[in-house]
Amino acid sequence: MKLPEHLGYDLITPEITAGSKVLDLGCGDGALLEELRDMRQVTPFGVEISEDGVGKCVEKGLYCYQGDIDEGLSDYKENSFDYTILNQTLQITKRPSYVIQEMMRISRYAIVSFPNFGYIKTRYQLLANGKMPKNILLPYEWYETPNIHLLTIKDFQIFCRKNRYPIKKELHFSLSAKGKSRAIGMFPNILAQYGFFILDGELYSKIIL
Amino acid sequence: MPNTKTIATKNSVGLVKTQYFTFNELTFRSGRSLGPITLAYETYGTLNSKKNNAILIAHALSGSAHAAGYHTQHDKHAGWWDLYIGPGKPFDTEKYFIICSNVIGGCSGSTGPSSINPDTGRSFGLEFPVVTIQDMINAQRLIISHLGIEKLLSIAGGSMGGMQALKWAILYPETINSVIAIATSASLSAQGIALNEVGRQAIMNDPNWKNGEYYESKAPDAGLSLARMIGHITYLSDKHMHEKFGRRVQQEDLSLSNFKNEFMVESYLHYQGTQFVDRFDANSYLYITKAIDYFDLKKDYGNLHNAFTGVLANFLVISFTSDWLYPSHQSKEIVQALRANGKNVIYTDIETDMGHDTFLIDYEPLKKNITNFLKREHERISQE
Repeated sequence: MKLPEHLGYDLITPEITAGSKVLDLGCGDGALLEELRDMRQVTPFGVEISEDGVGKCVEKGLYCYQGDIDEGLSDYKENSFDYTILNQTLQITKRPSYVIQEMMRISRYAIVSFPNFGYIKTRYQLLANGKMPKNILLPYEWYETPNIHLLTIKDFQIFCRKNRYPIKKELHFSLSAKGKSRAIGMFPNILAQYGFFILDGELYSKIIL
Repeated sequence: MPNTKTIATKNSVGLVKTQYFTFNELTFRSGRSLGPITLAYETYGTLNSKKNNAILIAHALSGSAHAAGYHTQHDKHAGWWDLYIGPGKPFDTEKYFIICSNVIGGCSGSTGPSSINPDTGRSFGLEFPVVTIQDMINAQRLIISHLGIEKLLSIAGGSMGGMQALKWAILYPETINSVIAIATSASLSAQGIALNEVGRQAIMNDPNWKNGEYYESKAPDAGLSLARMIGHITYLSDKHMHEKFGRRVQQEDLSLSNFKNEFMVESYLHYQGTQFVDRFDANSYLYITKAIDYFDLKKDYGNLHNAFTGVLANFLVISFTSDWLYPSHQSKEIVQALRANGKNVIYTDIETDMGHDTFLIDYEPLKKNITNFLKREHERISQE
């Protein structure tokens, strides 16, 4: 089982205003940034842990930093970017709370998407089999998973409330058989495979002032 | 031994000739002026009509203007970065116009301590002004203007070459489009300075050094050779040395107490040392290592963030995981300062066991990144 490639790109791209400045945290081979550059004329920047990923970004003409996601975020000034994106990466970050806080500080909007551990199949696997869930969303054995901070949509909503992070939009989704994103409006914490949030960093800076 | 045929088939620029450019005077950072000054340089490839494909290669401590190709049909070795410069190579001479010059203070054709002082008719020796990275750039800038180039596509260099590239981007932001800074630092570590000092002491303690006035007598070869041996240890990693030499011995005989080279690694270092004295001047070694030690962007601009505020170039910064002389964190601080300034920068920490000298070996990940970066930068400025 492999994670579908380009997961959630079809949801992210329409949200991005043309000509904006975007930082993709955990940008991999730079495919999303390339798409945003070509379709939305954004100025793209990336952070990626793997040498191979950065090499592919160089090939695409993208400016990318090889390192941990949370490394050096503090160097950026307030609102350095229009958007920061954390696509399917939150659960593998070492310090998720710090990363989100920095995203809120350095960008106008923070886009966060992650596999929903509350998804019904995942719940069922744990409940019925008594084993760690393994499915298309979470394709790893417990002993080799990079996912160290798994969460549900509800968890993230509570997290945002607690930290006073304004949620601009929620767009939880599942994948169709063809790999297209399908919005799940009803009971997302049970029925959606992925959580998708857009947080308002600009509004947040006004709130905390 | 390469003949014309091998030279032509090895993706080489082939036979090249060192050229010389002389200008009236240079005022050094120290305030001292000197002139006339000659710089040795070589060029490969062709400058296009828009003059937007020129790349300056800045060499490291022991480099020269001879970066690629061969001087004669009988040369055993090609220029020092021939693996990276030539047709189809990262610095592709079919696309770009490559310039490499010997730094001021050097000993491979450029004016330096071994040159004749016109005032005395004898070699400068320690009369030569203190050289800084900034002086190296200021001198090279005159060659670039002499060649009719207003803006370089890129300036690239490893180690001390990277320092020159960074300083150029800061001092003359309008004159370069991009920087490739490899295995370099904004300021050498105390450990690096310490190792340079041990090398300098080796030279200065050689009785032949005579306060730098040895040009009419025997040169301090033993000292220079020892300095080079120390340098060589710092350019390699522990792991690479172990793999290359291990504890292999040529002969082991406990009955002899003559301390002759027994271990392979010993004879390797001795070979490197003796080879070096044939092509390098001891006083130049002192001057250039000191230029590296003095280089300090943090001190010059208050902090690294301020240093890069005015730069306009796009950057490719590369470090090597096993480089302990210019460790990765020193490249990272450069990149983080650039990022905080909102500059376009790519940073990659290339996995290698080969240590600091990785940039001089045939290493595909390095080649690929340089190739792709230059291709994109050239596309970008061609659209302007």
